[in-house]
Amino acid sequence: MEATVTTANSEEKTWGGGNEPMGASYGKMMMWFFIVSDALTFSGFLAAYGFSRFKFIETWPLPDEVFTHFPFMHGVAAPMYYVAFMTFILIFSSVTMVLAVDAGHQLKKNKVVVYMFLTIIGGLIFVGSQAWEWKNFINGEYGAIETKGGSILQFVGKDGKQVALADFAATLHEERTQLSRSHGSWFMEESTQPTYSVAEVQAGFKAHPDLLIRTEVIKDKKKTILSRAESELRLGQAALVVEGANLERNEYGSKLFADFFFFITGFHGFHVFSGVIINIIIFFNVLLGTYEKRKSYEMVEKVGLYWHFVDLVWVFVFTVFYLV
Amino acid sequence: MSHEYVSNTARIWKVFGILSVVTIIEVFLGIYKPDALHLSYFLGLSLLNWIFYALTIFKAYFIVWAFMHMEGEESSLRWAVVLPVIFLVLYLLFILLTEGHYIYGVFKDSTIKWNF
Repeated sequence: MEATVTTANSEEKTWGGGNEPMGASYGKMMMWFFIVSDALTFSGFLAAYGFSRFKFIETWPLPDEVFTHFPFMHGVAAPMYYVAFMTFILIFSSVTMVLAVDAGHQLKKNKVVVYMFLTIIGGLIFVGSQAWEWKNFINGEYGAIETKGGSILQFVGKDGKQVALADFAATLHEERTQLSRSHGSWFMEESTQPTYSVAEVQAGFKAHPDLLIRTEVIKDKKKTILSRAESELRLGQAALVVEGANLERNEYGSKLFADFFFFITGFHGFHVFSGVIINIIIFFNVLLGTYEKRKSYEMVEKVGLYWHFVDLVWVFVFTVFYLV
Repeated sequence: MSHEYVSNTARIWKVFGILSVVTIIEVFLGIYKPDALHLSYFLGLSLLNWIFYALTIFKAYFIVWAFMHMEGEESSLRWAVVLPVIFLVLYLLFILLTEGHYIYGVFKDSTIKWNF
């Protein structure tokens, strides 16, 4: 018990041992310094994102054109609303966590149980929402063309709104069988074929004279739309059809964009997931009365610190990925 | 606990209110992006983005001070945790963003091109 809660009230000098330097118990102070190191890790990732974005500042994808999904509202462009919802879930689970800590200080076991349970539920909803967000990001919505030089071309109608490949691509009946291990010799396989071939997209573009191409280049905070003649010229250099996102390429623009999205939100999501697991362990300890016997709910306070830190990181990820 | 703990649920709910209002403002600005803020710049960053960063720091302050109860800790712990992070983050951002901007200039003005 002494290992987790310092009860000795020594009269020695602060650093003399048996005391609490900086007025915090050993576990709490170490949790704080773990948070410092973890905060620096996340700062490193976010600063690297900033570095790459500054490097490709003229061609970086615009977030409110990427994250536009909301559950049960298919086809409706609803930027921000879903992440705003996720943010609220996380802030609210922080509130229940701090209420659990508060109840712990007053040794009210039942209140701690209820608030910790709500915190865990909030965490699970957040992780689930992030999975849904990833699903939309990976599947993509419109599809795009990658040129030989590696830049992404998207298609827009006369109104400047993006048009999906499925709405105009021609059907040329030239599909070939996917090369898989069972078909190839010596374990040969390839990544999934896109729904349409480059030729089908080019033929479809020719058949729809009011389609235009939008490039990655940003001018006055908007992506540049080419004239019809320029569009046809650029489409001639098409190399690949890109649908959705993976670590190699994505239909939204800069290849690094998807890499950073997966890595940073994934790393944060993993923190939320471990937070939920740790909360569940502490939740059962509370139920079993471990802290009741110890007459101290400091353990709840320590996991609370970690949980608030996860919320804190999300505040920054939210700004950097969705707002700016 | 070595120091007396004062229960303060009223403050927790007040902070929740502040964080919610700030988030709503952020989302509102993020959706409507008023041109006056979005298209005017200060130090290479649009005013809107400055506002977003300021509101983020504002939120971070409340999470750390109220939810993580930093306001109740000894000032030695408080600054041992907060100052190194602030200093190192600013230093890292300064170096990396300057470098990123320089590379942008190289791609733009010299013969090395990323996009064809």
